[in-house]
Amino acid sequence: MDSIEEKVKDIIAQELDAPRDQINDSTHFINDLGADSLDMVELVMRLEEEFGVHVPEDATDKIQTVGEAIEYIKQHAGS
Amino acid sequence: MQRRRVVVTGLGVVTSLSRQVDDLWQRICRGESGIGPITVFDASQFPVRFAGEVRNWSTEGYLSNKEARRLDRFCQFAMVAGIDAVRDAGIDFQQCDSYRCGVIVGSGIGGLNEIETQHERLLTKGPERVSAFTIPKLMVNAAAGQLSIHFGLRGPNAAVASACASASHAIGEAFQAIRYGEAEVMLTGGSEAALTPMGIAGFAQMRALSERNDEPTRASRPFDKDRDGFVLAEGAAVLVLEELEFARARGARIYAELAGYGASADAGHITQPDQSGQGPSHAMLRAIQDAGVAPEQMDYINAHGTATPLGDVAETNAIKRVFGQHAYRLNVSSTKSQLGHLLGASGAVEAVLTVLAIHHQTVPPTINLETPDPDCDLNYTPLEPVKRPVRVAMSNSFGFGGHNASLVFRALET
Repeated sequence: MDSIEEKVKDIIAQELDAPRDQINDSTHFINDLGADSLDMVELVMRLEEEFGVHVPEDATDKIQTVGEAIEYIKQHAGS
Repeated sequence: MQRRRVVVTGLGVVTSLSRQVDDLWQRICRGESGIGPITVFDASQFPVRFAGEVRNWSTEGYLSNKEARRLDRFCQFAMVAGIDAVRDAGIDFQQCDSYRCGVIVGSGIGGLNEIETQHERLLTKGPERVSAFTIPKLMVNAAAGQLSIHFGLRGPNAAVASACASASHAIGEAFQAIRYGEAEVMLTGGSEAALTPMGIAGFAQMRALSERNDEPTRASRPFDKDRDGFVLAEGAAVLVLEELEFARARGARIYAELAGYGASADAGHITQPDQSGQGPSHAMLRAIQDAGVAPEQMDYINAHGTATPLGDVAETNAIKRVFGQHAYRLNVSSTKSQLGHLLGASGAVEAVLTVLAIHHQTVPPTINLETPDPDCDLNYTPLEPVKRPVRVAMSNSFGFGGHNASLVFRALET
């Protein structure tokens, strides 16, 4: 695993108070980790800060799994 | 309308002196003080550098990390006090009709920590960095809402805000809900965590706070000639109130009966008490009448007694107005001398201590009352607790805004 992937999963574990080893690419924020809309805003804000990306509102709505979050950040970080 | 009787069956506290009800009572009676230097923020540049702070705060064993992060400190206090009170009452809400169980919890200010934290982020990082939890954390009704969610209580639910009278009003309203048939069980009380830079600065600028920085434990001196203001404190208390027959049917341990509630306004100044004591005397009188007791039956008054120069005289005059010569025979004390002033939670902590005074037949002392003030000439139970019959007792709370609330508790007649 590369470092972006590791770091994103660490942050998700922290923000959603979830066991780190239960987080994989297909983990669904709402269905698997019990996140609500406020958690998602917080999580995205944290990821924006960590990776220096900006996630517009319509993109936020499409990020539903851990893998989708990682993919978005990989595409947009440092750009 | 038929009035039902209401009893107190569970108590929970979070204070600077203790987080356990029995331990708090013993420390209060031993005359210990919970006041010390402020450590939650750097107060070195503030004119007041001490308070009744809840040290080493943790919600471990009560809330998950995720739950705790979604709650402002004031709400965390309320949750922990509430969970302890329910445990103390031994009530299983699974066995109750959830629509007949409610929550009314007061706070003077609400989530001041959250307001300050997020305002700082707003100014330094911009509007898109403000937390999504800002509003649900800071709102003054967060404690009542969160307690209902935690226990699944779907009955009457609200917050009361009347500054330093918030908790007493909350308890009074919860009492009415049971008395007039809206609920069987109510969690009620107050919570406050205004020990922040803005809280200290704001109260200090009013010249409301004691500035006895060199002697924190001696700073809260209700009714003493050398008092110089109140000591800000934080914490919470929650009481479980139940309809008498409901409590009996489940074999609950009953601490005392909540028998009367009276409320009034000074309609004078937004912060200064009326020296005649007329406003508070009306609340006290209403509470006594509501309880159906004669003034001569009053054994103990847990005073609002914040140790401000004007407030203590006004309350003394109010007590004399209501009780006449009996004012000199009953015992008064201010447990703010040990704990400081918990603002919108003070009435809840003091209701707990008033209930315990009945339960233990003991009047807790007013510590630091060393030099009597000629204008405060009642028996304030100085320095040492007094063992005496305590069958009827009252707790007073008065708030900025001119709000007055009094609660009358009595030993349950069997």
